[in-house]
Amino acid sequence: MALLRLIPAETNFQFITRHKIFLVFSALLMVASIGLVLTKGLAFGIDFKGGILIEVRTEGPANISNMRSDLAGLGLGEVALQEFGQSTDVLIRIQAQEGGEAAQQAAVNAVRESLGEGVDYRRTEFVGPTISQELLRDGIYAVLAAIGAILVYIWFRFEWQFGVAAVIALAHDIIATIGVFSLIQHEFNLATIAAVLTIAGYSINDTVVVFDRVREKLRKYKTLPLPELFNLAINKTLSRTIMTSVTTLLAVGALYVLGGEIIRDFAFAMMWGVVVGTYSSVCLAVPLLLYFNVDRGTGESTIERP
Amino acid sequence: MVYFSKWKVVLVLTVLFLGLSYAAPNLIGKQSIPGDVPTWLPVKQVNLGLDLQGGSHLLLQVGLDAVIDERLESVVETVRSVLRQERIRYAGLGARNGVVSVTIRDVERVEEAYRAIRLVEAETSIDWDDETGQITVEFNDQAIQDLKNSAVLQSIEIVRRRVDETGVNEPTIQRQGDDRILVQLPGLGDPERIKRLLGRTAKLSFHLLNPNMSAREAMATRVPAGSMLLPAQNPAPGEDEFYLVQRRVMVGGETLVDSQPGFGNQTNQPVVTFRFDPVGAKRFGKVTTENVNRPFAIVLDDQVVSAPVIREPILGGSGEISGRFSVQEAQDLSLVLRAGALPAPLTILEERTVGPGLGQDSIEAGKLASIVGLIAVVVFMTISYGLFGIMANVALAFNITLILAVLSGLQATLTLPGIAGIVLTIGMAVDANVLIFERIREEARAGRTPIAAVDAGYSRALTTIWDANITTLIAAILLFAFGSGPVRGFAVTLAVGIVTSMFTAIMVTRLFVVTWLRRRRPSNLPI
Repeated sequence: MALLRLIPAETNFQFITRHKIFLVFSALLMVASIGLVLTKGLAFGIDFKGGILIEVRTEGPANISNMRSDLAGLGLGEVALQEFGQSTDVLIRIQAQEGGEAAQQAAVNAVRESLGEGVDYRRTEFVGPTISQELLRDGIYAVLAAIGAILVYIWFRFEWQFGVAAVIALAHDIIATIGVFSLIQHEFNLATIAAVLTIAGYSINDTVVVFDRVREKLRKYKTLPLPELFNLAINKTLSRTIMTSVTTLLAVGALYVLGGEIIRDFAFAMMWGVVVGTYSSVCLAVPLLLYFNVDRGTGESTIERP
Repeated sequence: MVYFSKWKVVLVLTVLFLGLSYAAPNLIGKQSIPGDVPTWLPVKQVNLGLDLQGGSHLLLQVGLDAVIDERLESVVETVRSVLRQERIRYAGLGARNGVVSVTIRDVERVEEAYRAIRLVEAETSIDWDDETGQITVEFNDQAIQDLKNSAVLQSIEIVRRRVDETGVNEPTIQRQGDDRILVQLPGLGDPERIKRLLGRTAKLSFHLLNPNMSAREAMATRVPAGSMLLPAQNPAPGEDEFYLVQRRVMVGGETLVDSQPGFGNQTNQPVVTFRFDPVGAKRFGKVTTENVNRPFAIVLDDQVVSAPVIREPILGGSGEISGRFSVQEAQDLSLVLRAGALPAPLTILEERTVGPGLGQDSIEAGKLASIVGLIAVVVFMTISYGLFGIMANVALAFNITLILAVLSGLQATLTLPGIAGIVLTIGMAVDANVLIFERIREEARAGRTPIAAVDAGYSRALTTIWDANITTLIAAILLFAFGSGPVRGFAVTLAVGIVTSMFTAIMVTRLFVVTWLRRRRPSNLPI
């Protein structure tokens, strides 16, 4: 049986000679992402801005516009309704209420009274201002701590140049993911932070594999020009990089399509993260090493060319 | 050389056996585990999070400021009664910024007043100034800390009693941080009722009304010292909306031993009956004997539930409260009275309630996504690596079994994001094998013999696998450290998945490959 080969056995793509294109592309991606976050902002879920979220299922297709006008009459401030997965399911988001924690409970009760009988409350979530601030703070800490810890690990295992390049690529993936969430204005919540951290883990995983090969080649070919050497390392690991991206995308894709509405945004973030993480490992992390004056060590090597 | 030591074979088989036996209980439905299985068999199933089995997660905050305020208020009352008893004239008695202060008019008697107060308020630090006549009473930090701590512990106890009274199965009630209580109620039918029950302090007390002034007069002029103006809880039309109540507590709710819902004898309206302990009964009997034909107020959480007139001394130690209740209200009130008053008001900081329907849907969707994802990966691995791919697939199945086994054994909680973590692991777990296989391919292309290629493939890929997985593990651990609730469930499955996938890739697939090589001694690798 002939085995499937997504990538030919021996490739020689010129990643390094074209690396300036990638750098420019990534720089634009960063500027666009940061610009989007600054102008459009993020659609923070109740986890981070507080408020109330109620998921209801109605008997028969929901009349969202009726529900909207009913709930608007309650004077609860900003109330957003959206269909959630199917026509009978509605997601209701209500802004954090003035007047402390008790006012939030009163708002939930008001909504329940307004919607009346015949509505199945599938989910009721309420996050008060104290907790939402803590969750946001913890989320930011988690991401920063992850970046820091990974930097330290890579630094120990490789040299500092590798650590810095890996962390730049990592930050690139995180910023690009946040940028996409700003662009499509999907809810940014705790699950998104989990996705961002997982993307961080995945991206660094990919980077480490390529770096490992770079290090191996550095020891083997002492005189090979760095651009050629880097290109060789990338091409040697390319098949694995693509294979793993495909298997991960298959699994996360199944989650996106079949995993249910609640997990969909998370799965979307992961899919994007796999793509961008793969790109950054190959096209960003390794070329960046060119600019960091990688230490080639001393000692003679007889092998000049692979 | 391709050599797999005996102990490694034994290790792999042992882990496989343990994995299967710990994962096995999950194949049977939750209810159908027979009670008479031998105790050495693992019977624990994966613990489902509230987002999967349905239920409520409530994070409550104990209003500790109220505890301190109340304690200070009681100091004020004590000081007042002590000074009156000693016939010492004073002015400006009150609590401000955590300090109770009073000015003794006759500077000569300041020390006398100080001694009298110290006698009854031993745990406070008291200062006095014989120039101005001022005495200040405050709690030191340790006393405040103790006060807060005991208030939180007591609140947990009361919350537990109230929740238990409603008959919820296996609630979790635990302290979180300094002043928070986490309540987890699996499969709860009516979270609103629990919130209502927890939302009231249920501080019950009996007071006499001020005999000299009506509430209306007090509102028009000023509330006399030692009295307070309280609203009526649920006044009927034409009834008083406020009452002027003496601050002094006649009998407090802490002396109640039982409380039940019932129906009034004459009115047949829902009422709440109660019974005092002997001390309370004696005190209640004494006060009612002394105050026949005067009204008294039943005060619940600073509202007057009713203010009946004492017709005759009540000596039996029991009574009833009627306050235009619905049947449900009477039931809830008697429940909270039975369970006891909270030392401080609770506020809900966070609530996450998932109905059983959504939880079940999430489980189904998660299962389907896992199975489809698994099949997709298995097919892809097979067409990419042939026989080696099949070996990796067997290892993958083994890996998922191990994840389930570890989750069951540790009794970790599986949440919806946790399922996502498993699905993700399915995709990423094959990575270690992909790394190895690609390396083997490379080595084989470089002209090595099959055995040498496999050997080199494993040893060269190994450091990469370690580095790559440890970085992901770092992310997972941080996610666990900073995450909360369902996200932690994700971190757990991700971390467990990383460890088990490394084990299966390094040990299990290798065992297969080595065994195959030694049996077949192939001249070239089908990879």
